[in-house]
Amino acid sequence: MTDVATTNGKVTSRKDWASDQEVRWCPGCGDFTILAAMQTMLADIGARRESTVFVSGIGCSSRFPYYMNTYGIHSIHGRAPALASGLAIARPDLDIWVITGDGDALSIGGNHFIHAMRRNININIVLFNNQIYGLTKGQYSPTSEVGSVTKSTPYGSIDTPFNPISLALGAEATYVARTHDMDRNHMMEVLKRAHEHKGTSFVEIYQNCNVYNDGAFSDITGKDRRADYLIPLVHGQAIRYGQNGEYGVARGDDGHLHLVRVDEVGEDALLIHDESLDNPSQAFELSRLARGPHEPTPIGIFRSVERPEYGYEVARQVAEVESKKGIGDIAALLQSSGTWTVN
Amino acid sequence: MKELDQVVIRFAGDSGDGMQLAGNRFTVVTSLIPNDLATLPDFPAEIRAPAGTVAGVSSFQIHFSDHDILTPGDKPDVLVAMNPAALKVHLSSLVPGGVILANVDAFDERSLSKAGYSSNPLDGDELNSYRVYRIPMTKLTLEACKDAGVKPRDAERSKNFFALGLVSWMYTRPIEPTIDWIKKRFASNELVREANLRSFKAGYNFGETAELFESQYEVAPATFRGGIYTSVTGNTALAWGLIAASRLAKMPLFLGSYPITPASDILHELAKLKEFGVKTFQAEDEIAGAGSALGAAFGGSLAVTTTSGPGIDLKAETIGLAAHLELPMVIVDIQRVGPSTGIPTKTEQSDLSAVVYGRHGESPVPVVAARSPSHAFEAAIEACRIAVKYRTPVYLLSDGYIANSSEPWMLPDVSKIEPIDPNFLEAPNHVDDEGKSSYWPYVRDPETFARQWALPGTPGMEHRVGGLEHQDGSGSVSYDPLNHERMVQLRQAKVGAIAKDIPPVELNDPDGPGGADVLLVSWGSTYSAVMAGVKRVRTRGMKAAMAHLMYLNPFPANLGEVLSHYRKILVPEINSGQLCTMLRAAYLVDAQSISKVQGLPFKTAEIEAAIMDVIDND
Repeated sequence: MTDVATTNGKVTSRKDWASDQEVRWCPGCGDFTILAAMQTMLADIGARRESTVFVSGIGCSSRFPYYMNTYGIHSIHGRAPALASGLAIARPDLDIWVITGDGDALSIGGNHFIHAMRRNININIVLFNNQIYGLTKGQYSPTSEVGSVTKSTPYGSIDTPFNPISLALGAEATYVARTHDMDRNHMMEVLKRAHEHKGTSFVEIYQNCNVYNDGAFSDITGKDRRADYLIPLVHGQAIRYGQNGEYGVARGDDGHLHLVRVDEVGEDALLIHDESLDNPSQAFELSRLARGPHEPTPIGIFRSVERPEYGYEVARQVAEVESKKGIGDIAALLQSSGTWTVN
Repeated sequence: MKELDQVVIRFAGDSGDGMQLAGNRFTVVTSLIPNDLATLPDFPAEIRAPAGTVAGVSSFQIHFSDHDILTPGDKPDVLVAMNPAALKVHLSSLVPGGVILANVDAFDERSLSKAGYSSNPLDGDELNSYRVYRIPMTKLTLEACKDAGVKPRDAERSKNFFALGLVSWMYTRPIEPTIDWIKKRFASNELVREANLRSFKAGYNFGETAELFESQYEVAPATFRGGIYTSVTGNTALAWGLIAASRLAKMPLFLGSYPITPASDILHELAKLKEFGVKTFQAEDEIAGAGSALGAAFGGSLAVTTTSGPGIDLKAETIGLAAHLELPMVIVDIQRVGPSTGIPTKTEQSDLSAVVYGRHGESPVPVVAARSPSHAFEAAIEACRIAVKYRTPVYLLSDGYIANSSEPWMLPDVSKIEPIDPNFLEAPNHVDDEGKSSYWPYVRDPETFARQWALPGTPGMEHRVGGLEHQDGSGSVSYDPLNHERMVQLRQAKVGAIAKDIPPVELNDPDGPGGADVLLVSWGSTYSAVMAGVKRVRTRGMKAAMAHLMYLNPFPANLGEVLSHYRKILVPEINSGQLCTMLRAAYLVDAQSISKVQGLPFKTAEIEAAIMDVIDND
């Protein structure tokens, strides 16, 4: 561990954020892009290494902390949000990232995942979704599509998958975004916004597992079809996609959102994306546009709203009681339920 | 006025009758005499079990005396029976010739049948060997509250205060503290306050004027060492001990917890005490209770998670990680009857094997146990001290009996308690071949084997810890077979080294080591009954020795030597012999288990009988 001492806590190059550990993901894994994006983004914004902590669970993605030259904990399968919650409440001064996968966050760790978002604890949860268990060598995951043939579903999966964006919105998350491993700039922007957000940020990354589930998202992320399958969400702008912007999203007479041809409905009919809506219903509708990654799918920030942050509120209550009652005195505490004196 | 040297009273009624409250108030005024005392609350797991049934009976026993006592008493001298079910449940434990104060109004046909009586026991011969007082407590309570503007239904609920008033008269307790307490407690509800006051006074006056009772009784003050005393339950003392440890270590206290009987009161107490900088987190489950604590520990908090039996199963994986990361945290287990949900409100010592052995892999964890309500304060500080000094999770064991019962406690001088030094590392501890300095997280103290610990937020000390096996020193992930073996040995040696840092076990044998015919080894809450049993057989001229264990892992360094002096060793436990098995395995001694698993503490007489049995059969 050849950590370089920081100068005023500022480090400016990606290299300073890389640990001395050899990165051991499979060659061609989408995780490499994410690691590079994270290191570059943190260097770009002038984050402080000594104040940054990466917490992970178990899985391929969860090796991430070992590769970051920051503080880090590689913990237990599914439990990273629980550890990160305690750390964030105890230490509101830290910048805490949870790195997780679809099995880690949505299967064994589902409970901690939803409760962190409900409380709005100041952590950034980055979920590498590859729709497969990689580390255990190829079983289906809670995001695998119905019919997926894997080692544990030789006749096809019969489980209905989770939609992580819908789940996060249902769990009261205040920042919900999706990006993918074939667009580093978009990913860096989404991660940067997650970092700035006060409260729990949730970022789903479509990440390719080139060994066990190669090409799962290639309709959306592949350069050849991306224009027709990737619906960019940009705050304040009409939701529009296609080679020449010929498609879009509009609310129909039935009250629901639909994919439309712009020449049929007219530009004015297109939905203007608003990530700041207090009511999460529209964000939820957007998350339901695609039933799977083989249909046009929104990518971007679905929701970004403000709500009191949990760790801050905990500290506020402590400070209020301290100022009202004065700093506690142990000797007085021991006598607080009445005493008698024996001479 | 008759003088008694000790009395055992049991208040028993339906769980809605307020027996715990009456018992607690009686305890407070008794502590003011001051008598020595010990209490045993016993209540159903259901918040409102079916009214009037034996399943719904709640009781509170207090033993008070003019001399030093240890236990809440084996058999009550006085039974307050607020309904037939209470009489049915508790009659068999009353001493022969004991007093029954029965609320005769509750012995109607419906209540009798709910309790399973086909005829009224107050009218038959069944109670001939007791002194039975048939008192219309409900009627007299209603009468007392008649003009107070309280609805009869509400007034009736004050009958526990009538009973408290009556017993207070019988045993010459001061009434002012109770009156003051009622006024303060019900200040915001005039009607309830008035009803309770009138009922309490009515009960007291009934004793004085009814000419039903031959005399009042007095229990002279006990002799206490000079000092300031309070009465404390185990859960409260434990919570206060954690706060004291936080101050001693200058580490903020973090509690991650999930509600569970009988541990929740510690969460409640600490949630109140924010002026001590305590952060409490009611997590989504037991796992997150432990996980959040471990996260807070990484950040430098004095991290604690509290639970009972079922919770330790769920926390086991996190505790294994804490042992592997070598981060301090304290896991408080208020043991209850298991397995599974068991009997949640009853006591047991059956988690010992689980906390010592119950994790996968080689995962040693120190274990400390409180022996009494007030001792939980000291035990909590000690658990924190070991955790912080050795960078290890530590189990702190208490049980349902210690948690809810109370005893007088001479307050310690907190300014004299030894500080805890977390000894955080703030500058790099390693220089590589190229002269670059860095922090290696697994560099150890050569004597304690505790690792050097740096906190996030410290520049230049960035590092990663994780559940994968790592190289000693650098902490880098390592699958090297010899390194793994070395790490297993180091983690074990570190916990083992604690034996040098704890007091030797104290042998209580008036004739010196080996002088007695039998040695009793106790741990946790069996302390009081075992001590009382040993004292009692000594008054019969028998020779019994005792050694009490506060440390269950590692054992005190001299334990093997102490055991070696005795041919007969008895190990009374509220389990099937878990410590006994451990002692046999560790020291190759012929220790015999005295087992009781009824959800109740040992009675002194049971210990006495076990000792006499082994001596007589010699």
